[in-house]
Order: sequence, then C-alpha cells, then structure tokens
Amino acid sequence: MLSRRNFLTAAVGVAAAGGLAACAKEDDSSSGSDSSSGGGGKKITLGFAQVGSESGWRTANTKSVKEAAKDAGYTLKFSDAQQKQENQISAIRSYIAQKVNVIAFSPVVVTGWDAVLKEAKTAKIPVILTDRSIETSDDSLYVSFIGSDFIDEGRRAAKMLEKVLEKAGHKGAVKIAQLEGTTGAAPAIERAKGFKEIMDAEHKDDWKVVVSQTGDFTRAGGKQVMAAFLQSNPDINVLYAHNDDMALGAIQSIEAAGKKPGKDILIVSVDGVKDGFVAMSEGKINGIVECNPLLGPQLMELVKKVNDGETVERRIKTKEGDFLQEQAKEALPTRKY
Amino acid sequence: MTTTPRWRTLTRHHLFWPVAVLVVLLLVNVPFTPDFFSIKMTDGHLYGSLVSIVLFGSPLILVAVGMTLVIATGGIDLSVGAVVAITGALTCSYISDQADQDALSGVLLAMGIGLVAAVVCGLWNGFLVARMGIQPIIATLIIMVAGRGVAQLITDGQIITVNSEPYKLIGGGYWLTLPFSIFVVAAVVAVTVALTRRTALGLLVESVGGNAEASRLVGIRSRRIKIMVYVFCALCAGIAGLMISSNTSAADGNNAGLWIELDAILAVVIGGTSLLGGRFSIGGTVVGALVIQTLTTTIYTIGVPTQTNLVFKAAVVIIVCLMQSPKFRAKVFGGGRLGGRFGGKRGDRSTATPADTAATPETVRTMEVS
Repeated sequence: MLSRRNFLTAAVGVAAAGGLAACAKEDDSSSGSDSSSGGGGKKITLGFAQVGSESGWRTANTKSVKEAAKDAGYTLKFSDAQQKQENQISAIRSYIAQKVNVIAFSPVVVTGWDAVLKEAKTAKIPVILTDRSIETSDDSLYVSFIGSDFIDEGRRAAKMLEKVLEKAGHKGAVKIAQLEGTTGAAPAIERAKGFKEIMDAEHKDDWKVVVSQTGDFTRAGGKQVMAAFLQSNPDINVLYAHNDDMALGAIQSIEAAGKKPGKDILIVSVDGVKDGFVAMSEGKINGIVECNPLLGPQLMELVKKVNDGETVERRIKTKEGDFLQEQAKEALPTRKY
Repeated sequence: MTTTPRWRTLTRHHLFWPVAVLVVLLLVNVPFTPDFFSIKMTDGHLYGSLVSIVLFGSPLILVAVGMTLVIATGGIDLSVGAVVAITGALTCSYISDQADQDALSGVLLAMGIGLVAAVVCGLWNGFLVARMGIQPIIATLIIMVAGRGVAQLITDGQIITVNSEPYKLIGGGYWLTLPFSIFVVAAVVAVTVALTRRTALGLLVESVGGNAEASRLVGIRSRRIKIMVYVFCALCAGIAGLMISSNTSAADGNNAGLWIELDAILAVVIGGTSLLGGRFSIGGTVVGALVIQTLTTTIYTIGVPTQTNLVFKAAVVIIVCLMQSPKFRAKVFGGGRLGGRFGGKRGDRSTATPADTAATPETVRTMEVS
C-alpha cells in the first residue's frame, strides 16, 4: 500500500510541477508582450507570436523582428510560445481581442490552426506566416508566407558541392557522409530531399551518400556521429551537414582522426552562423548555404503592404546567399549571429 | 563436473550479464567496421573506435556514478542534465570574457565557479529531499525544468564558443596518448569506490536506502547522508558538464546534457543496481554506461536508418533488461529445474553486502509497520 501511496503522491506532484512550469512560462510571455508598445495614433500595430528561443538562429530571428519593427516605427506586440502550440494560439487570440492591424507568427507545428485563424479572418485581421508553413484546407486563412525554402537550400547545397569539387580538382568517386538534423523536423527532411534531387538527377554515377545519420543539429551530436563514420567508412571524402553546428563538431572529429577538414574531407553546410564563417575563413569549411534569420526588414515591408490592402505574393523567399571560402573573410565582420 | 560450478559462479557474478551484453555489442560492430578493435597512433595520441567510445562515454559514466549513490538511498536525481548545462554555460561564459583565454588561472577559476554552481544545485536537491521530505522525483524535477532556463539565461540563448587550449584538455584533449577524460573518470570512480567500499560510507548509504527511519533509529544520520549523495551526484554532473562543453569547446544551454539523466538511470539499472535502493554496484554502473555508449556508436556504424534509431535502441534495451531478469532467464532457458533457483533469489546477482536483506520490499514494509 505504501508504495502505491507514494506513487500517487509522486504522480500528483509531477502534474502540479508541470502546471507550475506552464504558468511560469505564460507569465514570461505576457510580460514580454508589451516590450515595445507605447505610442498610439495611426501607427501600425503588429502582433508577432514567436516559436520560442531554442537556438541561436531563433534568437537572431527574434532580434531582427524587434529591431525592424522599431526602425519602421510600428508598435510590436511580441510573445514567446516556448515551443507550445497552445501558448501560441492564446497569444493570437489576445492579439485578435486587442484588435492589432496585422498578425504574424512562426507556427510551432504544421497543423491545428484552422479554428484560431478563422477567428482572425472574421475579425478582418490579415495573418502572415514567417519561417515555417502550415497545412490547412482553407488557403484564405493567411495572406502570405515569408521564409526560407528548405528544399531549395538542399538543392543549393548540392550545386555548391559541384563548385567545391571543381575548385579542389577532385577526381574519382565522391563518397558523401550526411549529418541530418533532428529526425522529423522539416529542415532536416527537406534539406536531405533537395540535395538528393540534384544528386539523383545530375550525379547518379559519381556521387554516393555512403552514410547518413542524425546529429540532432548540435555540435556534440555532429562530433560523435562523425567519429563513428570515420571508423566505419574511412574513405569518406565529402561531408554534407544540415547545419553549421554539426559541421563544427564534425571538424573536431576529422582533426582527431588525423585528417584535414576542408582538404581531405570537403565540407558543405547550411545556415551561416558566425562560428561557421570563422571556420570557413580558416579553410575548414568549403561552402555554406545561408539560411537567413534576419527577415525582420522584409517582414515589415510586407506588413505595410498588407495593411494598405495591396495584393502580395503568397510565397516570399528570404534574401539568402551562398558563400564559398573566398567570400568568407569579407562576409565575416558583417555576420550578426 | 568441475566446469559447471565454475560456470555457475561466473554467471551468477553481478557483473556477468552487463559485461556479456557489452562484449556482444562490441562484436556486432566487427562485420561493419573491420578494424573496430584496432587502435593506432595519430598525431601523438591513440585513435580508434574503442578510444572514441570511452571518450564520448566519459560524461555519462560520471553522471551515472553519481546517480548510483542517489538511487542507492532510494532516491532519484532528474536534475543532472540541467546541472550539466548550467556548469558548462557558467564556465564557458566566464572563460569567453577573459582577455587571455589560454591563461591557466582563469580557466581553473572558471571551472571552480561552474562546480560551485553544481554543488549549490546538489545542496538544494538534498535540502528538499532530506529536510523538507519532498519526493526525490519532484524535488529534482524543479531544477530539471528550471535549470535549463537558467543555463539559457547565462548564455543569452546563444551557443558560446571558447578558444582555450587548457580548457580543451579536460574533455577533448589527450595526456600520455590517452584522452584526458579517461583519467578524470578513473580518478572519480576510484575515489568513489574507495570511499564506499573501504570505509563504512557505502554501508551507511545502503542502509539509508534500505530503510531511512530504521537507520536513523540505530544512530545513522540519514538526512546528512542523503544531502551528501545529492551533492556528490551534482558534482559528478558538474564535472561531466565541464567535459561536454570542453569536448566541443562550446556551451549550448539548450542541448548540453539533454536527456542524460535518463541514460544515466538506464546505465545504473543495466549495471544491476536496484531502483528500490539499498544496494548498488559502481562497477556495474560503469559497465552499464559503456553499454549505452557502445549501443549509440553501433547505431551510427551499422547504418540503422535515422527514423528507426530509437526503436532499435529500445529493442536492445528491452532485450538487455529481460536477459538480466533472473525470472525471465529461468522461464525461457532454465525450464523447471532452474526456476526455483533463480526465480526465488534476487540476492544472487546483488553486490553481496549486508544491506541485501533490507532491499526486498517485503522487509522494508515489515520494518516500517513495526
């Protein structure tokens, strides 16, 4: 009996602690929501519901939106959903209640938005999706989606590898190791898909992905997985990493194996964070496909158009570049994140 | 007839099954990585799969050793992953603020700050569990949830990269051709074994785990023992945090040590320590942690598709746990003859300490009722 009682106490306690944690987070988001309000009149009010602050990329994204809104002179109501859809839905509901001019948000997950977006539509508030898309049966629920195209990033990575191989004067078979992002995440699936598309279409005979495993988008993951790859497939000569952090971890494993990253093993990665550019300027990464989080200015432009009732494109791609080693040194001082 | 009793003694040794599993897992790699067991010199240090397993497994071994003692007192510590993140974040952010990141004094101070933070977390856990009488799973859940937030506050949500040669040593460097972390782990394990098995401390921990109230009545300061094990566990997690951040030369508040608490608990269980408390095996835990790390490496090298990674891992863990269960073995392999032998005697595989008798739930209940 005793152990059962203990178990029940524990279960109730876990539930209570979970509840407490949730409350704490909501408090956070509501206190953050008024961060840059103030002023009134005819200023455009933008309600922005962010996913959370799970990575350096996201932090840069948040900062860009906040700064761009300030520069454009808009009133920004900002909330952080802590990676929970219910937080984001309640944030959007509160924006509707506050009658903001435009709502923008980065959806935490793909589905389950129809109800709340219908409320926004009824209230005649246009909705813009940023960075991530949603699946819905009714396309009129949002006016535009601004963000990166992950499949295209995969294609660009493959194209970049062509250039890198040519520059290095590589001959013979190309044996590729792929470090995938978190299993099931859209960027991981689509960056692999885009890369494979180009590879199958144009390099069916000479390119081959010999090993592919998830490194969870982290440095520690990339390092550990690469160490195992180098053991099981010592003849790998190309690494394609779904983000810079995994490439940075893998570089350390390549060095520990007595090989030269960027020479013995050519490296192409996606994202373009500052540390990635540092490694590229040292010659350890051969090419980076940028995935730009600084979409604030583009978003504010779009918000203005939407607010003025202009028709806008359904799909807007963020301005992104591809960088090879030559450009790394020049680009490095301008990297913000 | 001489071999049979010997074989039996061997299979009944508490380390037999964990070691057997480890050996099998290592052998599975051979067809996929032909030179799996070869170790060669590269750039003045040893290099090979076995070295990688020990290097990447070191943080888990440390966390699991700390966890073993907590579990031996009948508790559990879910906060270790967060402590890993906090320690790494504090240490790296202090080092990155230094003008000369290679200065040894600055690095030592930074590591000191990180470890003090870890100890504070341990004291808090111990205080809640031992003084306030809160269930360990709840008490440590607080830092598990909040700690990662604290780590992110320290790093400002960014990944902090450090460029410090002395700091790189502890988790990613080499000494006497071996990864330095091996020496750290060896030292911590040696000290722990010496303290728990050469002094009465281990016995006291086990008696607290067997029955805290009875231990108090015979004059053991069970509260103090409990606080001590939580502090020790947090300190081990802190050292692991230094290793993890040093290994990649970066502090990632969001991902460092994520879910390591679950791997550590698993390592403890695979090593043959009972979750009920009352008995423990440090050696078993070390083997258990190596089993988990080998399993991870195996997944990477044999080419399990990414989507089925976790299913594969789960299947192996289930098999390992079943193999370790005397009842299961008796039913499947032993038939009726061994059924009585193995099925009835849990103590067979234990560490053969005086606290054994106290470990069975029946005994605990009787003692508490009286």
